[in-house]
Amino acid sequence: MTLKILRRKNKAAQPEWKLYEFQPESEKDTVATALTKLNEIIDDPIRWECSCLQKKCGACAMVIDGVPRLACDTFLRDCGPTVRLEPLKKFPVVADLIVDRGVMRENLQTLRLWFEGEARGSEKTDGLAYEASRCLQCGCCLEVCPNYMADGPFTGMAGGVPMARLLAELPQAQCEEAARLYREHVFEGCGKSLACRNVCPAGLDIDGLLVNSNAAAVWKRYFGRG
Amino acid sequence: MVNIIGAGLAGLSAAIALAERGIESNLISQQPSERAQSVLAEGGINAALDTMGEGDAWQEHYADTMRGGCDLADPNAVAGLTSHAPEIVRRLASLGVPFQREGGRIVQRNFGGQKKKRTAYAQSSTGKALMTALIDEARKYEAAGFIHRYAHHELIGLEIENGTCYGAKLWDTYADAVLRCGAPVVLACGGLNGLFPGLTTGAVYNTGGAAALAFAKGAALANPEMIQYHPTTVRISGKRMLVSEAARGEGGRLYVIRSGKPWYFMEELYPELGNLMPRDVVSRAMTQVCAREDCEAQVYLDMTCLSAETWANKLPDLRAELLRYLALDPKTQPIPVSPGIHFFMGGLSVDERHGTSVSGLYAAGECACQYHGANRLGGNSMLAAIYGGSVVAENAAAGQGGELETLGAITAEEKAELAVSPAFANRLRDILLGGLGIVRDASGIERALQAMDKLPSKTTAERNRASVGRAMLLGALARKESRGAHWRSDFPQRDEAFRKTTVATYTNGAVELAFQAIPERRAEL
Ligand SMILES: Cc1cc2nc3c(=O)[nH]c(=O)nc-3n(C[C@H](O)[C@H](O)[C@H](O)COP(=O)(O)OP(=O)(O)OC[C@H]3O[C@@H](n4cnc5c(N)ncnc54)[C@H](O)[C@@H]3O)c2cc1C
Ligand code: SF4
Ligand code: SF4
Ligand code: FES
Repeated sequence: MTLKILRRKNKAAQPEWKLYEFQPESEKDTVATALTKLNEIIDDPIRWECSCLQKKCGACAMVIDGVPRLACDTFLRDCGPTVRLEPLKKFPVVADLIVDRGVMRENLQTLRLWFEGEARGSEKTDGLAYEASRCLQCGCCLEVCPNYMADGPFTGMAGGVPMARLLAELPQAQCEEAARLYREHVFEGCGKSLACRNVCPAGLDIDGLLVNSNAAAVWKRYFGRG
Repeated sequence: MVNIIGAGLAGLSAAIALAERGIESNLISQQPSERAQSVLAEGGINAALDTMGEGDAWQEHYADTMRGGCDLADPNAVAGLTSHAPEIVRRLASLGVPFQREGGRIVQRNFGGQKKKRTAYAQSSTGKALMTALIDEARKYEAAGFIHRYAHHELIGLEIENGTCYGAKLWDTYADAVLRCGAPVVLACGGLNGLFPGLTTGAVYNTGGAAALAFAKGAALANPEMIQYHPTTVRISGKRMLVSEAARGEGGRLYVIRSGKPWYFMEELYPELGNLMPRDVVSRAMTQVCAREDCEAQVYLDMTCLSAETWANKLPDLRAELLRYLALDPKTQPIPVSPGIHFFMGGLSVDERHGTSVSGLYAAGECACQYHGANRLGGNSMLAAIYGGSVVAENAAAGQGGELETLGAITAEEKAELAVSPAFANRLRDILLGGLGIVRDASGIERALQAMDKLPSKTTAERNRASVGRAMLLGALARKESRGAHWRSDFPQRDEAFRKTTVATYTNGAVELAFQAIPERRAEL
């Protein structure tokens, strides 16, 4: 099969499509396998990020055949004879398939995503907190979101999902402010199309989390609070 | 200012504990915390919370940890670890970790090598839940100006002279710049996975390069021969994937086909703990039954007996993973498993305060050798990473200096010296594997050492990595006994003369080995 990879040496360089031949050896081979093995034989290794190789760390997110996905979770057996790899487009490119996703961290800072006091922690809220804590910070959701822009106030679901953990377990003292930040940076920007849910590689229950966060921060009906 | 290299559980814990004491830190890592190996941890974290009505106490956690580690760990350090564990887990709960709860109390599960239910967990992604909570807590101190984050920065140099560390050099891999920080430096850079590419359950970015650099610069390694093979792993592309011990903690059973019928060998051979014997014992038993003439050469993990409720609430992610990567449903099909490299008990030699043999250089988490002796118990390593980080924070006196100082662009020569070619890495792996398997003997280890002599290393990074490999082999050769993960078929007995720590140092281009006495347990603990 052929890998068609959008390459550039650094952020200033012009991107260029390069073609590589790769023969998968097993049913289990993924795009991550192909990149690892190609890098063992080519002189000018393709720069990309990976860490866990089992879709738990979000490092290897890239655009594969037009869709934001994890390289380690994209099996070659499910791909056509040519696979197109590009870096995520909503972040500044560093080199080849690496982008600088630092903006997601800045957004979580803007959302003041931390507990000022003790988390409430209860059997009722744990399920939500668990689900929200699974976000990989991969950035795939931002790629498909029609409303997310790097320099706008809206954080997309990469901010909305982690915020759901805070809103689920929030100590009383922090409620007002967290609700305001959520409305301003998540709720008001989100068109609820849920394009993000369809690409989230962690398969997060984004609708469920949104319903609860909205109830807590917007409708204030959550568990009789507000 | 304290400079922390690595932002997994150990690095985060150190940074947070320092901030709580009003000390600033630079938290430097190759990748952001969300990508650290710590997020992979599944099964849970140990603490004698005594929530299961079994009359558990930290002294029992202490005893299990010492016994599991075959008395090779520092008893004072282990007493500190286990006595602080309940407080650590309660603190994590207050940071919003959604531990499994029932009637308000944290539920604990069985884990290998422990006689009581002592492992707190968040479904089957405990590490991820812990990391999220600590990342958010660290964020609070980032906003307050106590923690300064540097992701995509790799440690590439340590300034060490006459046994003292004065600073470190870092490579900003996005901007291709070289930066510098002062001392103290805390290494929290994870396990030595890079020595066994493709064969470990951990993160590929934990190359072991940072620890190898410290070793090459004079920091001693302790018990480098102690490598944990986890009994239940499966091969996926590019790595081994773990099937968490929680699968057995919840009732999963190992069997092999003997004369045409399933033989639940662990239950028969070890009636008390059965499938939940310490990992070294299980891995060895698997190797032995597979070698028997009347058995097939494949062990299976049978989880078909687990209840629907367990799959839905306790192990949902594990099932999803097996379905995705193996196309096998553990609810209805036994899973073929085999032992794989999972954890490094050995690492940078540290004292109880987590200081290395170099002053001004500390180490915590999996890169350090502390707490686990000859075999780590499941659920103890996240605990050790968090506790170790906090011990460092108590002991690393803040140094001068502020945020990182940029020195200039990285040169092509510098980059070349940092490279490890895949061919070299794979060859080194194959050599090491020959000497450092589950069952070892002198001739295998010596063959590996001879092969090392013929392995040309072309760059500094390759040389450093090879010297750590050599330390592992020499440690394995010198330890003429069987203890924990180190099993010598030519010395199958445990020998009290070797109840000592192997200490390897790198001097004048050669690896030297010594055995150091293990401290006596102090009376007050
Ligand atoms: C699949 C799996 C399951 C596990 N399950 C459990 C469990 O259930 N319970 C348990 O207690 N333990 C478990 N463990 C073990 C445990 O997760 C780890 O030992 C522990 O999380 C290690 O934490 P750490 O902070 O030392 O290192 P890591 O989390 O590995 O972090 C290392 C950090 O160092 C950085 N780094 C590495 N090299 C460099 C460099 N050269 N320059 C700059 N930065 C660098 C990395 O980017 C990262 O931030 C499991 C491990 C695996 C692999
Ligand atoms: S629901 Fe639509 S607008 Fe809202 S975050 Fe998802 S993709 Fe973006
Ligand atoms: S919500 Fe899903 S897609 Fe978005 S960053 Fe988190 S894990 Fe990735
Ligand atoms: S490498 Fe971690 S998600 Fe792909």
